Amino acid sequence: MITLFIDNQKVAVKEGTTLLKASEKLGIEIPTLCYHEGLPPYGACRLCVVEIIGEKKNRMVAACSFLVDEGMKVLTISDRVLKRRRMIVEFLLARCPDIKAIRDLADKMGIKKPRFKTKNLDCILCGLCVRVCNEVAGIGAIGFVNRGKKLKVDTPFHLASDVCIGCGACSFVCPTGAIEMELDAVKRFRELLGIEHKCRYSLMGLVSYKVCSNNYECWRCKVDQRIRDSLATHPIFAAKKIKTEKVNQYFSFLKKIQE
Amino acid sequence: MSNSKIVTLDDLELLKEKGLNLIYPTKTKISVGMATCGISTGAREVFQAISEEVQNQKLDCVLSQTGCLGFCQREPLVDVIEPGKPKVVYAEMSYDKVPELITNIKNQKIKNEWMLCQIGEKYSPRLDGIPFYKDVDFYKKQKKIALRNCGFINPDCIEEYIAKRGYFALHKVLTEMKPKEVVDMIAESGLRGRGGAGFLTGKKWQITRSSKGKIKYIICNADEGDPGAYMDRSLLEGDPHSVLEGMLIGAYAIGASTGYIYVRAEYPQAIVKFLQAVKQAEEHGLLGKDIFNSGFNFEVRVNKGAGAFVCGEETALIASIEGGWSGPRPRPPFPAKSGLWGKPTNINNVETWANVPVIIDKGADWYSKIGTEKSKGTKVFSVVGKVNNTGLVEVPMGITLREIVYDIGGGILDNRKFKAVQTGGPSGGCIPESLIDLPVDFEKLTEVGSMMGSGGMIVMDENTCMVDVAKYFLAFLEDESCGKCVPCREGIEKMREILNNICKGEGEEADIELLEEIALTVKEMSLCGLGQTASNPVLTTIKYFRNEYEEHIINKRCPAGVCLDLISYSIDAEKCNGCGACVRPCPTQAITGEKKKLHSLDQEKCIKCGACYETCKFDSIIIK
Repeated sequence: MITLFIDNQKVAVKEGTTLLKASEKLGIEIPTLCYHEGLPPYGACRLCVVEIIGEKKNRMVAACSFLVDEGMKVLTISDRVLKRRRMIVEFLLARCPDIKAIRDLADKMGIKKPRFKTKNLDCILCGLCVRVCNEVAGIGAIGFVNRGKKLKVDTPFHLASDVCIGCGACSFVCPTGAIEMELDAVKRFRELLGIEHKCRYSLMGLVSYKVCSNNYECWRCKVDQRIRDSLATHPIFAAKKIKTEKVNQYFSFLKKIQE
Repeated sequence: MSNSKIVTLDDLELLKEKGLNLIYPTKTKISVGMATCGISTGAREVFQAISEEVQNQKLDCVLSQTGCLGFCQREPLVDVIEPGKPKVVYAEMSYDKVPELITNIKNQKIKNEWMLCQIGEKYSPRLDGIPFYKDVDFYKKQKKIALRNCGFINPDCIEEYIAKRGYFALHKVLTEMKPKEVVDMIAESGLRGRGGAGFLTGKKWQITRSSKGKIKYIICNADEGDPGAYMDRSLLEGDPHSVLEGMLIGAYAIGASTGYIYVRAEYPQAIVKFLQAVKQAEEHGLLGKDIFNSGFNFEVRVNKGAGAFVCGEETALIASIEGGWSGPRPRPPFPAKSGLWGKPTNINNVETWANVPVIIDKGADWYSKIGTEKSKGTKVFSVVGKVNNTGLVEVPMGITLREIVYDIGGGILDNRKFKAVQTGGPSGGCIPESLIDLPVDFEKLTEVGSMMGSGGMIVMDENTCMVDVAKYFLAFLEDESCGKCVPCREGIEKMREILNNICKGEGEEADIELLEEIALTVKEMSLCGLGQTASNPVLTTIKYFRNEYEEHIINKRCPAGVCLDLISYSIDAEKCNGCGACVRPCPTQAITGEKKKLHSLDQEKCIKCGACYETCKFDSIIIK
């Protein structure tokens, strides 16, 4: 166990814990946008940056990826942290002034209007969709294209994806609602496989019936809502938690798709 | 070719003899500097002309080529070596001078006006009044360690490298030293990474060495993307074997059997030379299995970059080698623990690797005596911008900026006033004249808000607008930011927009504070080194040249006369003698007037191109 101090409160956590997790244990809330329980830390939104008190100089580190160290002293709401965090939210507000998640953050910090030119975009480039598709689903239907201010999430060569399985995880994790399920993609998924493999949830081993009550019209799926309610997350993350055999089944399905 | 394999020290000595005969042949040798800097000024044509002229005039001589001697301003350089006499270096050669050159060589004559210097003090000078290499102002204060062979040997020829004691250090390491001793020796020497951050090389090696794992990698970072910096290119083109030998030694010390070199694709010549060096080393058994019968195996793979500046950052570079989208990832874990393919990986810059063989050969003591207390050895800088002598210079750490700019660089062009020097590439800071006596080392440069970086050094004169400079570097970084983290992607863009407004005369008084606030956010919050240093141009120009910002914002004036929206051209009625020289270059016919009478300038037509200003010999064009 490692003992450290967060905002002057003592906490003991296991070695290899991130500062974000350690703060959680104390009930200290650190805002994040690109962090997700089921994914490795990414460190892109920089909203979770906290201050570590050093001997000579204090350091600013991202709480989502920085690991705890013995005797470490961390400040999560120092003036410096709040000031920098405010600026990050202001940047994001200028990028996506109409997105609720960003507006809420801005309201909380008392930012009414950004001091910069606004852009009216949907995507904040947190990369959650790309990561869930690549790292959890193992599909890789979407990725980053270009760099810098031209950076965007897209399919290769901006063509309709022929590997997307329509699992909807990207849309589920998106904090801004920039990705929506496209009916065409879901339809294609249904046509791609035989009658027995029409339902994505049955393939993931999450539902047992083969015949869909919605006539395989996924966009009307009630199972969807029910599974989310019971697992409290998207099935693609839950697939990891349920029995191994079912997970294997899921992965053999993925393999089949890729063949 | 098993007979050419080098196994023992005797084999090396034999090749050394062969190499010495190639460097100093028994007949006349003509050698042309054929690095990219030479080729761009016509070295290839000169080489072609020499080989034709030699045949025409039936001169019995050896033709060869070499790398860059550093004095890029005066390329193409041609060396003439005659047995028993000092080497003569001719500067600024062109193909039309070649026939005379060959005739002169035939008649044992030397053309005084063309000469840069003579090399070889052990011989009596060929010509009085021509300085020896070490007495030329440009070279006097330099100390060449990394660039020791550049411009002296033929980079295509492994024998010539061996003649300069090449691969002797590798032999010593593999036959006499334990890996730990090698790491300790590099640690003792105090060598620090030359890629920018200045991390202790020995410590880095030690961490990678002690990391768990059977498979380890080493990487040579040759993704040199800073505008104005080209030491890595010059090294790979002029002395690829020294980099390769450094990598071999490092791999043995760390316990790696595969090495990668990541070169940017914009350096085709460097890639060709390095690949050739790899091939030669393989043929001679210096790469591959069981090198020097020691049981040590090593192979090198060459990776070409695809034009992303951010790939100079180590984690982005690794992602690029792995074939992924090249963006950095959070550290820790550092590559020394988990790098390429998740294995412990040691990444060093080209210049760092090139320093390694010399340290092994001459000892840690010798090396640690050069430089300052915390920064040992030498550093290669590419001195460019408004100086008389531009080129690559290698100087001991601790030398002052003044010495670099005035003694080596030969002062400012056209005797203008020095204004600032920008060190460390696009994300370095601008150092003002008041700090020109600053000794150059890692700590001192960071203290004043700049950095060592890869060693770019851009000298600016009084006609440079510092707001415009900050804008220029930010535009570069805005384009090169990978876009992964918010502060770097959004912050740099916002700063550039504000600077654009200031340069257009639309700046507001609150802009300076806002700029500082954004700059600090980008500096402290960014994910990788690119963002963390991107604010330096803004922060240092505000710190040292705040008055210029204020002039732009409050008085809507650009003191240096650079920002087009804030200046106007006019004609000084007292100085204009009506010569009419300015009328012709004006692209919009804005200047009119009769001969020998005062001319007038139509402000409506003027596009502020500055053509009249440059043409006028009487200083009668005024920029306000």
